[in-house]
Amino acid sequence: MRLPKFTFWKTIMVIVLLAGAYATLLRFTRGLGASTNLSDRFPWGLWIGFDVMCGVMLAAGGFTLTAAVYIFNLERFRPIVRPTVLTAFLGYCLVVAALLFDLGRPYRIWHPLVMWNPHSVMFEVAWCVTLYTTVLALEFTPIIFERLRLEKALRIQHAIVIPLVILGVLLSTLHQSSLGSLYLIVPEKLHPLWYSPLLPVFFFISAICVGLAMTIFESYMSSKAFGKQLELPLLISLGRVLVVALAVYTVLRFEDLYNRGALKYLRHPGYETDLFLLEVTIGLLLPIAMLMNRKIRESTGGLYLSSVLVVLGFITNRLNVAVTGMEASAGIRYFPKWTELAITGSMIVGGFVVFTLAAKYLPIFPEAQASAARSRIGITSVTPATRVDLTFSQARKA
Amino acid sequence: MSKAILYDATVCIDCKLCERACAERNMLPYGDNVAAEETISAHKLTFVMAKGDKFMRRLCMNCQDPTCASVCPVGALRKTDLGPVTYDETRCIGCRYCMLACPFGVPKYEWGKVLPRVRKCDMCADRLAAGRPTACAEACPTGATKFGERDELIAEAKDRIAKAPNQYVNHVYGLQEVGGTSVLLLSSVPFDLFGLHTPTEPLPILTYRVLSRLPDIVSLGGVLLGGVWWITHRRAEVAAAEAKERPTGKQNEEDGNK
Repeated sequence: MRLPKFTFWKTIMVIVLLAGAYATLLRFTRGLGASTNLSDRFPWGLWIGFDVMCGVMLAAGGFTLTAAVYIFNLERFRPIVRPTVLTAFLGYCLVVAALLFDLGRPYRIWHPLVMWNPHSVMFEVAWCVTLYTTVLALEFTPIIFERLRLEKALRIQHAIVIPLVILGVLLSTLHQSSLGSLYLIVPEKLHPLWYSPLLPVFFFISAICVGLAMTIFESYMSSKAFGKQLELPLLISLGRVLVVALAVYTVLRFEDLYNRGALKYLRHPGYETDLFLLEVTIGLLLPIAMLMNRKIRESTGGLYLSSVLVVLGFITNRLNVAVTGMEASAGIRYFPKWTELAITGSMIVGGFVVFTLAAKYLPIFPEAQASAARSRIGITSVTPATRVDLTFSQARKA
Repeated sequence: MSKAILYDATVCIDCKLCERACAERNMLPYGDNVAAEETISAHKLTFVMAKGDKFMRRLCMNCQDPTCASVCPVGALRKTDLGPVTYDETRCIGCRYCMLACPFGVPKYEWGKVLPRVRKCDMCADRLAAGRPTACAEACPTGATKFGERDELIAEAKDRIAKAPNQYVNHVYGLQEVGGTSVLLLSSVPFDLFGLHTPTEPLPILTYRVLSRLPDIVSLGGVLLGGVWWITHRRAEVAAAEAKERPTGKQNEEDGNK
């Protein structure tokens, strides 16, 4: 009975996309006021808090994994570099798409590139997003070159890959952290549970955590979707790194709360405290406890669940910084309008569709390469078992 | 010399003529319904706030070190030498970071328009450039809003407090707030009452402290990452070379045995 489930999800996706199309029409014919719940008191909402802040964060696997494989030479992670780079690239494309909705004058999105203000964090973010999207596109090109069998282009790409990766890691470091720096300017407005001079550091470390968690999550999802074998030992070592990164973040975060005397706010029961505790529990405490347990860490389900918790926890964190923490000073509650939700939903659906298509038609996963080799030597149908053998024998040959 | 506005709440009679003059200068509609609106907005750039029989004008403070100008990614907002913080709508991309960042909540957006602008008081920059006072100061019948040189107005404000210490809170608001503003306020009741409480340090330094480290991060990070790559890569090269040597060595032995 797999067919009904398939059509169910397809129907949902079509509904979301239709709602998104109508919301897009409203956004560009009626303006931001009519199509969002944004106001003078609350100028940044879901599109900044989720699409931009979380979009960039969820794409962090790209720089984490390329750094691990190319710079630190951890070759065993190479098989999952491509899917992460693809996700990162799609993530950034969606961030740019979201900005086109959120900016009051989207056709001037290029202005920061020619009208400079180096004192502005937003200026830095604009430059980094532009450059890093370009770097990701270049990192992604060999996959297309391979598909088109462009040997010369491949060789050129190969020659510049290290500088490219270094540039990518630097750019990511800069603007993952600068999304946190954006809020340094509002010491009076952002709730003390989140405002800290260390915001850029928190945003950077959490991006690494989420990058690792997303890599585990994606590997699991694609193993489900494409019947691809899960490189479990690989993911377990990612899980180990993840728990260390999470622990570092947790210690730093609570030390900072203590040093600023902000822990006292946890004693006031309320909306902010609840959401802070939610963020900390699902994003930090639970996954740390789970990943410390050998049995859970070394099981597919346990790894998957803890990485999902990390991702959800840090999405909560970004939304807390962008929305929850700003509400008290704004004096109003913000909840996105259906149009905002529909457009965000459409972006997520769009990302899924493009990823699926790319995974289908481009050599993203090692198996896909194996099947390309298969078609060259004329095997038309193989069982999963021989498929694995083929990969292994190829690996041995190499 | 930098110009400024001195608003003395103890002289204000809430006649709202400043609001009307401001609307006229900015070509905005002004009637009873707009006069009744108790907030600044994209169509009401100044208003007289009333708390009982105490008044306070709200308008852009035209800061000496403006937060809005520091956060604007395209430099649409600028501090001019004469004092006003101006807005160039042809540069603005509509990111609304200025609205988020302004400690006084001044920049407002034309939410109803398809191609909106940020709106705020710009201290009548064009009138100032022509040597004229701001529209609000010109319209004020009691002298509550006074236009002049910032230094002179500061001296005058201090003088007014010294002459009648019982009438005033002993504080010239705007002298030091966020590094000083081009709008100076005097009041007989604490400024907190009108929601005016801001740190005395300028805010732009908070982000600039981080931004100024970027060149270091890029150069140090680049060298560090390149170095790590060189070391790990070298290690792999050596390992590969050794692996190559060993089987060939064996082969030689075998050849010798033959």
